[in-house]
Amino acid sequence: MNKVVKNATEAIIGLKDGMTLMIGGFGLSGIPENTLKELARIKVKNLTCISNNAGVDDFGLGVLLRDKQLKKMIASYVGENKEFERQFLSGELDVDLVPQGTLAERIRAGGAGIPAFYVPAGYGTEVAKGKEVREFNGKMHLLEYGLTADFAIVKAKYGDASGNLIFNNTANNFNNMMATAGKITIAEVEELVPVGELNPNHIHTPGIFVQRIFQGVNYEKRIEFETTR
Amino acid sequence: MALDKTGIAKRAAQELQDGYYVNLGIGIPTLLANYIPEGMDVILQSENGLLGIGEFPEKGKADPDLINAGKQTVTAIQGASFFDSALSFAMIRGGHINLTVLGAFEVSENGDIASWKIPGKLVKGMGGAMDLVASAKNIIVTTTHTDRNGKSKLKKACTLPLTGVSCVKKIITDLAVVSVTDKGFKLLERAPGVSVEEIKHATEGNLIVEGNIPEMNL
Repeated sequence: MNKVVKNATEAIIGLKDGMTLMIGGFGLSGIPENTLKELARIKVKNLTCISNNAGVDDFGLGVLLRDKQLKKMIASYVGENKEFERQFLSGELDVDLVPQGTLAERIRAGGAGIPAFYVPAGYGTEVAKGKEVREFNGKMHLLEYGLTADFAIVKAKYGDASGNLIFNNTANNFNNMMATAGKITIAEVEELVPVGELNPNHIHTPGIFVQRIFQGVNYEKRIEFETTR
Repeated sequence: MALDKTGIAKRAAQELQDGYYVNLGIGIPTLLANYIPEGMDVILQSENGLLGIGEFPEKGKADPDLINAGKQTVTAIQGASFFDSALSFAMIRGGHINLTVLGAFEVSENGDIASWKIPGKLVKGMGGAMDLVASAKNIIVTTTHTDRNGKSKLKKACTLPLTGVSCVKKIITDLAVVSVTDKGFKLLERAPGVSVEEIKHATEGNLIVEGNIPEMNL
């Protein structure tokens, strides 16, 4: 079993037009920079992207958006991206806005083999449109469905050749669940270490969920809003 | 005189209690962190995966892997923890968060809130706000009483797309503290120097005024 690939080019073999992708990260924190750049370079098109945010105009998913590679976005928050707003308001881009916790749970459920579940978020709002409503313990809930993807693309601080992953601080965010929900999961990591070097007690994502792993290069790790004391 | 943002945050901070786990929204709510009463243990949760938000980092020490839900660089306090988004919303949906404070475009007299979309004009998405208002035990809105055009944000019914229904318990504005009751908004406190008449004038929804309304103690 060899999961280690050389780079993003090798990692995305088989990734084709029209596929559904999950892209990890919250804002620009914990996004798979190398793979996103490669997707922009090969100009794969008509993608459906499941990602909490849509990057910024010239970085992250924003680049794919700018180059019209996305057909549909499933996200919870897309502010700070003018091109997104323009494509959304003009109808060029199909957008499904999902409450953040529901999005996280839909991904978790998809990866865990749970087809659907009920949550209270969005009841009585336009998010509830067309959804089954059911009362539990005197409170109204919406039926939501699990999500999976052709490729889940995540980024971790450390990984090993078995595919075990450890995230850093708040760069974990959606990466951990997305890793479980891809038919093929690609993990790019800042440091790829030999098997045995990561403490099994500290693993966030067990290797079973990861099919391809590589050590990324030239991480920019941009900060959206640098705030200091 | 109407309060400024800092004044609203100061008054809202009086709602905190020792041992509370609190989620603060973007804008005025974030300022509450500066006015946590001395000696009180309040743990701030950030829905992107941090329990125990600390101060902003010192200059030159900002970490791209350590941000809050507003995507600002922050620090973590001693005893903090990091986790993924599913676990983060287990805290929220599971009712483990004692208090949520967030901003709003509109609140209705039955406690509906609109805060995430202005059709045709502004689409940012709801982020975690719908999950928070559907599940937190106590939800307080901090906002200006009226919008830039002087129109009341405390409405009979919301006109903008809703974030949640019948969920807001209290509203703290630049003019007043108001609770949401079965019969409408109930005036609890006035900003220093602001009259009941001024508050009535700025409130579109039904405003219940009973007895003498004290000034806020800031």
